[in-house]
Amino acid sequence: MSHAADHSAPDRPAVLAKVQPLKVLPRKPLVLNNRDFHWITEKICRIVEDPAPTWWWVCFFVSAGLATFLGFGLLWLVSTGVGVWGLRPPTFWGWDIVNFVWWIGIGHAGTLISAVLCLLRQKWRTAINRASEAMTIFAVMCAGIFPLFHVGRVWFAWWLFPIPVSQAIWPNFRSPLEWDVFAVSTYFTVSVLFWYMGMLPDLGTLRDRAVKTWRKYFYGALALGWRNSTRHWRNYEMAYLILAGLSTPLVLSVHTIVSFDFASAIVPGWHTTIFPPYFVAGAIFSGFAMVLTLVLPLRSMFKLHELITQHHIDCMCKIILATGSMVGYAYAMEFFIAWYSGNIYEAFTFINRAFGQYAWAYWIMISCNVISPQLFWFRGVRSNTALVFVICLFVNCGMWFERFVITVTSLANDFLPSAWGYYSPSITDIFTFFGTMGFFSMLFLLFVRFLPMLPIAEIKHVTQAADPHFHPDDAGHERSAHSAARPMAVAEGGHR
Amino acid sequence: MSENTFGLMAEFKSAHDIFEASAKLRDAGFKKWDTFTPFPVHGLEKQMGIGRSHVPWIVLAGGISGFTTGALITWFMNGHDYPLVVGGKPFWSMIYPFPVMYELTILFSAFGAFFGQFLLNRLPQHHHAVFNSEQFERCSDNAFFVVIEAADPLYNEPQTRALLEQVGAFNIHLVNK
Repeated sequence: MSHAADHSAPDRPAVLAKVQPLKVLPRKPLVLNNRDFHWITEKICRIVEDPAPTWWWVCFFVSAGLATFLGFGLLWLVSTGVGVWGLRPPTFWGWDIVNFVWWIGIGHAGTLISAVLCLLRQKWRTAINRASEAMTIFAVMCAGIFPLFHVGRVWFAWWLFPIPVSQAIWPNFRSPLEWDVFAVSTYFTVSVLFWYMGMLPDLGTLRDRAVKTWRKYFYGALALGWRNSTRHWRNYEMAYLILAGLSTPLVLSVHTIVSFDFASAIVPGWHTTIFPPYFVAGAIFSGFAMVLTLVLPLRSMFKLHELITQHHIDCMCKIILATGSMVGYAYAMEFFIAWYSGNIYEAFTFINRAFGQYAWAYWIMISCNVISPQLFWFRGVRSNTALVFVICLFVNCGMWFERFVITVTSLANDFLPSAWGYYSPSITDIFTFFGTMGFFSMLFLLFVRFLPMLPIAEIKHVTQAADPHFHPDDAGHERSAHSAARPMAVAEGGHR
Repeated sequence: MSENTFGLMAEFKSAHDIFEASAKLRDAGFKKWDTFTPFPVHGLEKQMGIGRSHVPWIVLAGGISGFTTGALITWFMNGHDYPLVVGGKPFWSMIYPFPVMYELTILFSAFGAFFGQFLLNRLPQHHHAVFNSEQFERCSDNAFFVVIEAADPLYNEPQTRALLEQVGAFNIHLVNK
């Protein structure tokens, strides 16, 4: 991309010399080393086609083992009763709701990357969108488990849906918990549709490359006869764009409605209007941290440095920095409003959060969520992968504590001091939560093994060679000079 | 041309080449033809002379039906069939169940986009003639193909072959049905 070459180019329009267009730095390439289409296909498909590496088996068995904790925890809960969780007066929303909000928040980054960044034409999203959409789906599955089992008699959980039952009572649509049922189930369904549709061309690639019969059938069935036709791409791209446009308001509404679970109650510390934007920012914040937590190890294990570049990591770190600062602002604003409202209960709740019996949780939250991401202001930190990974772990941890602080402190110390209590989880709570982590990792490892982890067609699409106005002879020329030369290239087309 | 011929398949070496060639094939007047690229090449549908996708209309229909469904179920359940008294408020209004209508609008629109795409593309499809070409496997990797169907009124094997060569194609071969 040398500018000097352009100025000497004979076909450079004279007007450019007169107006002297601003020199723009060239965009950072999204695939390093000018790799061709075949290299991209090979690199991504090989992850699925080569025998599973040893570390994969080790991780898989560890996470599957951890996932059994979830099974045992839930079995114990169902066979005994919800009392096996640490829920007792005055705290009836404990780890289960904390975990629900934490997991669903993690899911939000996947949708943000696939939908919002698609609408904003952030092309760097292509390298990470497939893995983060998978993360979304598995995180929502983990999230759903908690409220589902919190209802107590889980075999009646289908009463949450507006289905006629024998006692002829319908769900109460005034309840934010009922809105949650619609929001979360819609979110899960739309995320799965979006994920699967995006994967269709890549499943076709795996089908076309398959040698073993079972692979031909497996990927052939999943690819649904996709044949890369332009007449199909036209409808496909339109549907993809519309799904991105639909997922954007959807993702904002889901965490807004989750925050309504709290905000529509009159409990001090919950009854605030800042909750919806604050929850959405927090969700994106935690989700991006989880994306990096998952992608960074995979990047080094599968040597994906040319596809998931430093530029990608930089972008994600900057989003974490921005949303982390928003979350920090929300914490400060909550404090300010608690004082400014003149409401003694509200003011007490916030002082109690910072200096009361749960002060330890509050300061873990502040240091992980507000202080640690501020390190991303420095380029040196962003380019140190190990440090980025550690900060992301802090953020994951801090966001869990945020939900703990919100849920537990408000309930444990509300209006009447005589009703106060101290909540601590039971061993079943702890088992179940770590079990969901195992379940999540297990699903994610299976995804990495059997489905294209990076979107093959989309990555090809963002390379320079995919631009129909690009010609190999023009490589290295500035775009504007090239466009000017285009009519000539068209005329030459016939005898090339 | 035998009865068994589906059409002529030709390869191009880059997105640029197939983009330029498509405009010439369009101007030559072909109707039953298609291009196959490993990724969507933006603007290629315009070069081929095919119009805008109709998926948005299906999405619109889905969205309207979703919103209506949300309004109707909340009205029927909370306002008509089993009215609930909550703080003396109206049994049903557009305000309190709005999240339900909102989510169902998005859900049904997404169904419209997802299934509409499959419907308009006539997918899933068990088999298609293009897969009869052994070359075609490379299309999902790095090859760009044009197929002109024998069913096209302008199709004439030697002439079409010559035209394809003239617009820069190589590896021109017949594909069976």
